[in-house]
Amino acid sequence: MLTIADKTFSSRLFTGTGKFSSSALMEESILASCSELVTVALKRIDFKNNEQDDILGHLKHPHLHLLPNTSGVRNAREAVYAAQLAREALETNWIKLEIHPDPKYLMPDPIETLKATEALAKLGFIILPYIHADPVLCKRLEDAGTAAVMPLGSPIGSNKGLKTIDFLEIIISQSKVPVIIDAGIGSPSDAAWAMEIGADAVLVNTAIAVSGNPIKMAEAFKLAVAAGRMAYEAKLALPGAQAIASSPLISFLDE
Amino acid sequence: MNNFTAIFETHHWETEKASIYAKTSADVTRALAAEKRTLEDFKALISPAAVPYLAEMAMISQQLTQKRFGKVIQMYVPLYLSNECKNICTYCGFSFDNKIKRKTLSSMEIMQEVGIIKEMGYDHVLLVTGEDNEHVHVEYFKKVLQLIRPHFAHISMEIQPLDIKEYEELIPYGLNTVLVYQETYHQEDYKKHHPKGKKSNFQYRLETPDRLGRAGIHKMGLGVLIGLEDWRTDSFFTALHLDYLEKTYWQTKYSLSFPRLRPFSGGLEPKVEMSDRDLVQLICAYRLLNQEVELSMSTRESENFRNHIIKLGITSISAGSKTNPGGYAADLESLEQFEISDDRSPQQIADMIKSQGYEPVWKDWDNSLAL
Repeated sequence: MLTIADKTFSSRLFTGTGKFSSSALMEESILASCSELVTVALKRIDFKNNEQDDILGHLKHPHLHLLPNTSGVRNAREAVYAAQLAREALETNWIKLEIHPDPKYLMPDPIETLKATEALAKLGFIILPYIHADPVLCKRLEDAGTAAVMPLGSPIGSNKGLKTIDFLEIIISQSKVPVIIDAGIGSPSDAAWAMEIGADAVLVNTAIAVSGNPIKMAEAFKLAVAAGRMAYEAKLALPGAQAIASSPLISFLDE
Repeated sequence: MNNFTAIFETHHWETEKASIYAKTSADVTRALAAEKRTLEDFKALISPAAVPYLAEMAMISQQLTQKRFGKVIQMYVPLYLSNECKNICTYCGFSFDNKIKRKTLSSMEIMQEVGIIKEMGYDHVLLVTGEDNEHVHVEYFKKVLQLIRPHFAHISMEIQPLDIKEYEELIPYGLNTVLVYQETYHQEDYKKHHPKGKKSNFQYRLETPDRLGRAGIHKMGLGVLIGLEDWRTDSFFTALHLDYLEKTYWQTKYSLSFPRLRPFSGGLEPKVEMSDRDLVQLICAYRLLNQEVELSMSTRESENFRNHIIKLGITSISAGSKTNPGGYAADLESLEQFEISDDRSPQQIADMIKSQGYEPVWKDWDNSLAL
């Protein structure tokens, strides 16, 4: 079981809601993934017709928790405003903080993200910030009161896998909050790898939504994440070491 | 407020001890092959099951140490300011109930010591005291730091645990590093060895590194006094403590020491013997667990041991040490804290280090860098 702030999850696969060819397919895929946390872009929600909203209507399942995200905001001020809007409209104090002032690569802004985390923590939010795989930033966010960190594996939507592997390993080794690998996971094998190195969870969207068969792919990710976690817990076998009889380094002990 | 006590309380001495002694050679080979080692791997590496793998551990330890630190050894020396102490510690020469001459150095006496230490070539100094808040208190420390700061690039202290505010007050005076050894993580045994004085408060001592971390200290040193309790279990708790501190106070540097109980006048016999082989195993295991931590070796150890340990994972060494206040200027051995075992001069040690292809480093910090 994974615990983040006040919630526990039996699935370590978090999913997104964008890029599906229909909301019905999104719903079926998410159900097939067994994910319990789905992120929704605030900008996509029709707040005026909250009840009839197409996306939200397809996410009404008791096991599904919503994780509103601030995608589209460009700075900390806008992010804090968006989070407050989300809290009011969706009745959750969970927020996935996404601040990317650059519309081309959607690279997260570390400075604004830290500022927004500091502000939102004071307002009582459960913050899951999307960030570069930057170990120092992760510690700074921890100090600021983040509930988890969500470093990227490679550029968002690129499906390139864990290009940041060396930094992800450092982040995982020193983090006191759950590490969720977000962005760039392109295949179930990437997801399994992320879990094998000790990530607490992964967030997958594009790789499921734009695959040939999103429902089947969602299930494949479910199995991969579970397998990767199981392998991590079981401890991978490593190339064996042999006992060396002696060495000049320690021969003084026999004198 | 979060501190190490919360984590400490979830680990039981006997359970951890049993788990260390239950480690198998399969656990050891996995630990040796791992790229990043866990605390469970560390247990395997300090366990009796790892003894046949010592040669390999030594090789990996040497490689990791050279990769991170290079072929250099830092030189440091203690300056004992005072042997006055209100604590009773069964193993210590300064213990309150030990009838010795007590002394706290005056400014003039300190400067005499500084003069000799500087002549030896040192730029890093470790100030040491007992615990006596009447004679040796924050105001005294401030005075000492002010006095010696112009003469040293790096100042460390091994003094009584203080409150956060007191550490915060001392840091701007040029305090870089604080060493605070838990002595033992075995709570009942700790009580036995510290029956009287402020030091008898186990928890206050246990949480001292937390206070140092919050105060923003540049570097801190941990360790246990080997010989009081099962060294393997105590070392596991040290590693657990270090792991917690590194994650929490991630801007602080850490060092570890592994003093073995040494004789002093009227002293305690070690309850648990640690052989040279055991100590090599422990040093290598610490290095295999943590590539970044500094490992420090004092003059408690013998010449032969210190000659060979240079290449096995340690990163700093003391030499020419006197463990009594005023010991450099006047030779008053009767006041010493413990007998030193290697009495070669700093220059002799430096030559020994060089002869092994390593560089002795006398200065690796500058006080003007800390604002």
